[in-house]
Amino acid sequence: MIDISPAPIDAAQRFAAFERRITGAGAIVAFTGLVRARNAEETIVSLFLQAHPVLTRRGLDEALADACRKWPLLDHEIGHRVGTIAPNETIVFVATAAVHRRAAFAAADFLMDYLKTQAIFWKKEVTSRGACWIEPRPEDYDDHGRWN
Amino acid sequence: MLTVTYYGKLADLTGKPAETLALRPSVADTHALRRLLDARYGAEGVLLDPRVRIAINDVIVTEPFAIAAGDAIAFLPIVGGG
Repeated sequence: MIDISPAPIDAAQRFAAFERRITGAGAIVAFTGLVRARNAEETIVSLFLQAHPVLTRRGLDEALADACRKWPLLDHEIGHRVGTIAPNETIVFVATAAVHRRAAFAAADFLMDYLKTQAIFWKKEVTSRGACWIEPRPEDYDDHGRWN
Repeated sequence: MLTVTYYGKLADLTGKPAETLALRPSVADTHALRRLLDARYGAEGVLLDPRVRIAINDVIVTEPFAIAAGDAIAFLPIVGGG
């Protein structure tokens, strides 16, 4: 399941719904990403996330398919905000389910590395000093490179 | 006519999220379109940067790629990640 929406994400509710619909799992891993209240130097006022109406979802579909080829997942879910998001709000929710924990952990980690570096989102950080478009950090690319 | 959409920082650069352009005979492919728009917006090479990818009709293309009347063209800067 993939959901890209400006609506707020209730991670606890998403997790509970994911857990209810899974049968036969031995492990569920869920990751929630939040908007930080500060970057290295400044207070963050908000993040603005933009997606492409077709390519973003297609890329996420391919990443989920890739995850399913690598690990025996029973189910998976990605929820991602777009639009203006305030500090401490949830920006992304990823959940994976598998019979064994290693597959669930690894797939969630893989999906987050994809989301951080390859997913077609553009991100503008608005701080007390102004706004700027931000790109992945070198360590984000290193993290994604682990899966090649 | 072409529809051109600018994502992320490119919308700030051009001052618009999208526009409609008349297709000129001299602009037959994506390289020519990049040159035209980079000059028009004084982008100083930003629109020529190969890291800025182009999608035509929702497919990221390998360039140069021929453009045709009615195409929906998107300029995609480096993604910011989710």
